[in-house]
Amino acid sequence: MTDLINLTISEALDKLNKGEISSVDLTRAHIEEMAKGRVLNAYITETPELALEQAKQSDERRRAGRVGLLEGIPVANKDLYCTKGVRTTAASKILSNFVPPYESTVSQKLKDAGSVMLGKLNTDQFAMGGSTLTSYFGATKNPWNLDLVPGGSSGGSAAAVGAGLCMGATGSDTGGSIRQPASFCGVTGIKPTYGRCSRYGIVAFASSLDQAGPMARSVRDCALMLQAMAGYDEKDSTVANVPVPDYTQALSGDIRGKKIGIPKEYRPDGLNPDVAAVWDKGIQFLRDAGAEIVDISLPHTKYALPVYYIVACAEASSNLSRYDGVRYTTRVEGKNLDELYENSRTDGFGDEVVRRILLGTFVLSAGFYDAYYTRAQRVRRLIYNDFVEAFKQVDAILTPAAPTPALSAEALKQMKPVDVYLGDVFTTPASLAGIPGISLPVGLSSNGLPIGLQLLGRHFDESGIFQIADVLEKQANFDKLPRRVKGE
Amino acid sequence: MALNQQTIQNLSWLARLKLPAEREGKILNDLQSILDWVEQLKQVDIEGVEPLVSVTQGIAPMRQDVVTEGGQQADLMANAPESVQGFYVVPKVVE
Repeated sequence: MTDLINLTISEALDKLNKGEISSVDLTRAHIEEMAKGRVLNAYITETPELALEQAKQSDERRRAGRVGLLEGIPVANKDLYCTKGVRTTAASKILSNFVPPYESTVSQKLKDAGSVMLGKLNTDQFAMGGSTLTSYFGATKNPWNLDLVPGGSSGGSAAAVGAGLCMGATGSDTGGSIRQPASFCGVTGIKPTYGRCSRYGIVAFASSLDQAGPMARSVRDCALMLQAMAGYDEKDSTVANVPVPDYTQALSGDIRGKKIGIPKEYRPDGLNPDVAAVWDKGIQFLRDAGAEIVDISLPHTKYALPVYYIVACAEASSNLSRYDGVRYTTRVEGKNLDELYENSRTDGFGDEVVRRILLGTFVLSAGFYDAYYTRAQRVRRLIYNDFVEAFKQVDAILTPAAPTPALSAEALKQMKPVDVYLGDVFTTPASLAGIPGISLPVGLSSNGLPIGLQLLGRHFDESGIFQIADVLEKQANFDKLPRRVKGE
Repeated sequence: MALNQQTIQNLSWLARLKLPAEREGKILNDLQSILDWVEQLKQVDIEGVEPLVSVTQGIAPMRQDVVTEGGQQADLMANAPESVQGFYVVPKVVE
């Protein structure tokens, strides 16, 4: 059955369509692999019985001629997506017993497309972090090397996809939480345009930045999954009411004449030489495919990180005020209501969450609001304008996805918060501007770890970056299956 | 901007968090180093620049104010730490 877990979604759909395999076969193979891969701690909750039941139903639908876009494909959801009747924790203690009475729009759309859910994937607590080290359920390990983190916050998703514990997964990206773990684990992930996917039912971190997206083992698989996930939703007023194009149609294989921008600000002195080398290789691949390489400048890039941390923490402090120990969270009693709130929240939130709530509370507090929060929002507009200007000259922008390959858990634990935050340096600008970005593996570091590149596009031009990423993927010819962990 | 113990205690109260005294020092140092780092935003000329509040283009659409998915009280109360007859139970608020 091992060959079944090596397939891409597109290859599996082909075999399902030809009747060579059933969804039950495919799902059973992944359930076995999920059990073998527990050393990775990629899943917080496994739902094998539910998955087999859904697989049986999928096979019945197929026999009846009702075939969805992802009919019979076993996938998994980041544990930030509310799933009706299946515990949803946001990797936190305070939601450790929460069983949602409703389903997030995006996970519902994946079900409606015929997919099967294997379980819920680990993440940093409330998606706050880039390593899964802040998860209440313990960190996920990187399938390429168990001493390394998988990145984050969608680290469980990246590790599971990379190790063959599911065929594709949902992630969410606020400041790089899909693109950075994709790079660390050698998989592909796209943060779509802000407003492309509904945020309804996804545990909120920073509402002006949060965006759902797929992670999988090829550009085509991400295109298929995003097709199923995207679209208007009356339950989230920030979703754009615009048609979702057929993304796989965009994969023409021809990018001759496309203009690709290379921003000089993304190559600071002292950029990791392995990352720089893979970036140069990526530039050459696109040039070889007939694209025109254009040097550009995004002058406010260096301010993106501090702007991001102010805006994201401000929104988080507001969003997380709902966890009060009264309605659906774990409770620690107190002698009055304020003390009940304080005790429940202090017990239920981890250190990084507390740090961000306090920072957000500070930048929103009377006397400091204009100096910090409003100033950050004004600089955010300058960052947005940088991209608007750049896209007058170029069709897409190519950058590294992360400043380093995967880091060791031990090294990260010794670092100061500000130094940890620097890991988001290449991903936060696009988050602040709301533009789409895809991360795909293009090469290996000198010690054999995957390094991803990021392609950024215009608002709502996911098709454009899928088209270029598909060509880059073929040129890079990256081995889609990372080294397996089992037996090591 | 220099933070002190009092600021941290005030922020903790505003956020309804109760930091044990031994953690206050570490949190203070962490927040101070983050604030020192964001000071660099003061270098940017923001004269005449409007704050960017949302990257969405349009305005929020209106809809009819009608019940669409009512009648789910039991489901919604199922996660409550304590409830009686469909109400959430909290410590006495009014003396």
